[in-house]
Amino acid sequence: MPFDPILAAIRFGNGLSPDVAAPASVEDMLSMLEGPDRAAQAFPIQLYDEVVPSRLDFQSAGAAIRAAEGEEAVEAAEAARTEMRAAAFEVLGRSTASQLARDITTADGFRERLTRFWADHFTAPATNGLWRYLVYPYIEGAIRPHVTGQFADMLRAAVMSPMLIQYLAQQVSVGPNSRQARNSGRGLNENMAREVLELHTLGVGGGYTQTDVREFAELLTGVTTNVRNGGHYDARRAEPGAETVLGVTYGGDEESVDHVMAALDDLARHPDTARHLSQKLVTHFIGPQADPALVDAMTRTYAATDGNLMAVYDVMLSAEAAWAPRLQKVKQPYGFIASSLRALAVPPASLLELKYVDVRRLVLNPLQRMGQEFQQPVGPDGWPEDDEAWITPQGMAGRITWAMQMPEQLVDRLPDPREFVIDALGPTPAEPVVFAANAAETVSDGIGLVLASAAFQRR
Amino acid sequence: MERRQFLIGGAAMGCSVAASPFVTPVAMAAAPWDTRLVVIILRGAMDSLDVIQPYGDPALAALRPNLPVGEAGNAFDLNGFYGLNPHFAALKPLYDAGEFGAVQAVSTPYRDKRSHFDGQDILEAGLPDLSGGGLRDGWLNRMLQVVPGIEPEVAYAIGREQMLVLTGDAPSSRWAPDTRLRISPNARALLNVVHHDDPLFRDASADAIAIAEEIALDEAAAAETSDMMADNPMMQAVSTNGQHVKIAEFAATRLRGDTRIASFSLSGWDTHVRQDSAMRTRGKVLSDTILTLKAGLGAAWEKTAVLCLTEFGRTARENGNAGTDHGTGSAMLYAGGALRGGQVIGDWPGLGEGDLYAGRDLLPTRDVRAHAAWVMRGLIGVDKTALEQTIFPGLELGTDSGLVL
Repeated sequence: MPFDPILAAIRFGNGLSPDVAAPASVEDMLSMLEGPDRAAQAFPIQLYDEVVPSRLDFQSAGAAIRAAEGEEAVEAAEAARTEMRAAAFEVLGRSTASQLARDITTADGFRERLTRFWADHFTAPATNGLWRYLVYPYIEGAIRPHVTGQFADMLRAAVMSPMLIQYLAQQVSVGPNSRQARNSGRGLNENMAREVLELHTLGVGGGYTQTDVREFAELLTGVTTNVRNGGHYDARRAEPGAETVLGVTYGGDEESVDHVMAALDDLARHPDTARHLSQKLVTHFIGPQADPALVDAMTRTYAATDGNLMAVYDVMLSAEAAWAPRLQKVKQPYGFIASSLRALAVPPASLLELKYVDVRRLVLNPLQRMGQEFQQPVGPDGWPEDDEAWITPQGMAGRITWAMQMPEQLVDRLPDPREFVIDALGPTPAEPVVFAANAAETVSDGIGLVLASAAFQRR
Repeated sequence: MERRQFLIGGAAMGCSVAASPFVTPVAMAAAPWDTRLVVIILRGAMDSLDVIQPYGDPALAALRPNLPVGEAGNAFDLNGFYGLNPHFAALKPLYDAGEFGAVQAVSTPYRDKRSHFDGQDILEAGLPDLSGGGLRDGWLNRMLQVVPGIEPEVAYAIGREQMLVLTGDAPSSRWAPDTRLRISPNARALLNVVHHDDPLFRDASADAIAIAEEIALDEAAAAETSDMMADNPMMQAVSTNGQHVKIAEFAATRLRGDTRIASFSLSGWDTHVRQDSAMRTRGKVLSDTILTLKAGLGAAWEKTAVLCLTEFGRTARENGNAGTDHGTGSAMLYAGGALRGGQVIGDWPGLGEGDLYAGRDLLPTRDVRAHAAWVMRGLIGVDKTALEQTIFPGLELGTDSGLVL
């Protein structure tokens, strides 16, 4: 099967756009990926360390309430915190709009999809509704810069990030024989160790034992987070002595984050990790039934390059299976909305002007109705890959209703459905969709039918 | 010219719709049992010492100088030891009728960290702790997994929030009462054409349309729910009309049909500051929800058990903001004609010096999962081994709390 620009945009990007050309070749896709991150430059999202309000700001606001004396002072301090909360939600709204603007305008759609893929791999939902605004900053700093680099760097960044530490409760894990444990009575929590082995590196079928989990958890003690310093290493919490994970012994001298990093590098390099990640990439981008030889080839390349992700993508995109015409996957709700906005060429400026309440109404609430409370999956394993998890009756009700109602609220003038069917599906759209776009009673029905069609929802 | 093509197209389309196998009605298998179970998650950690006030314990008043209890707080006496918070007044007639009650001093096995997030996860997962790593399913779902041949309509998670308690491999439905499938009849017919060759999309859309229609038709059933509520003098006590009332109405309408299990959540119980004003609204919300369920269920109320569970309790002592902080032991509130109400059960651990958990919280005297398990056993006949091993791993059922009539 030869390379196909339409498939490149639909399967590996955010779909087609009337304004932006589809990739011309695999080389084109890879060279855009190697080049500067233009979409992030055009539509910035704040980093975790820079975002305002910060966790520290909230802590100070809480302290001000507790310190306030007299009803008036308490009310003023509470009002200040309420305002800060509103500002945090506006950050979430603006980040969502910026990300959608990237998805709509970019020629380098594979980068956006990879960022979403890896952000889900290292999913770190907020542990409290208010902290939802920090998920984008986490992805922007810990995930996005590394999607074109070595996997080990992304693993290190994620494991040291406050969002993942907090989500996996690593900050409560204290070495049982550490100085901190003697003072606080706290102990070991295996959560992060287990998830890093099971989900982030080796995979559930990987060759690790409960002893490895326990030893790795002891090695990870010291990795913690707090409001002031974010993710960091605190030797007072670390379990003294050496730990042996998968047959390799780390530490033994002074407790140091270097031992943790050495273990992460080894986990990133492990053959089970190579296979787990290659399989996951293929399952996500191409489909569960893709050629097993492709996974083998990607696994070999991963191993040969110590986890150079660009090299692995190159193998995937150069494979015949990548360009099989049958669309095996369905778009997740976010991908469905992003590709709809791209096909509709929604102007980014109008998105960036939206207040949080509108972003919620137009995007976040509809995503929830489609079954995806965005960036807040139920478990640390992220969103499901199987089509049946998404294309449920209530999921379809959400998709159909959004497709029929929201486009007209997002563009000044809806396109002619007969032209839109080509904008959205390419020059040879499926005949029944062309028919429906022509036969619709109203323009908005016509647009909605194109977007609600299986032809558009698959990739 | 275009208009003419449109008409020809329209006619052709009509034929293909008529010929299509599209209309697959939602399967409506009868449920394997006839009782109804509603599980309400009270998110935020309910202060059971304020809702079901143990005013007979001499230590309580001293712990809470700014949160008056018992007679001083205008509570309704329940049994000479416990009093009902006055903001929950609308539930007093249910208590007197034996349809509302509580189990005091219970909790999940979760201890010490007192995080809402972990606490709710443990409550909904039904596990002893989170040490096993990622959460994959909830206990209500695992209960469904042990019953063969469950259809998705049997269990409904209601509302926008994901309900981990009902998430898992067993099929269940999830619908928010304000989800409407908005599609014109013409577009609906065309959607069928568009999806004709893709069974996954075709069937899901058909089911969506069928559920939406059934619910719309059920404007009949829903209207019936409204009528039943209008006719019910108890509903005069329903003073709010928020999302919780819509959810309860939706749940009642489903449960009158083939649905046997419904779950949803009510949040806002995290009363760190000015607890009394928070309790005023929580009292209304919970009372309205239960009264709406009762009125909407009609005769089925007699076969219904409503369990209200929360992730943990709150400190026995009030804090500096006339509120309370995260604690440990709390209560399970329950209602329904299938349960033995009009009582507050549970071993009372006391609130005196040395009685408190970690010197600060109500000491849980029993795992709340045991009570939920005995209700499932009595109501649905779930196997004991399944309860102790699959549904609530690590739970010792202990003696029957006798809540099911």
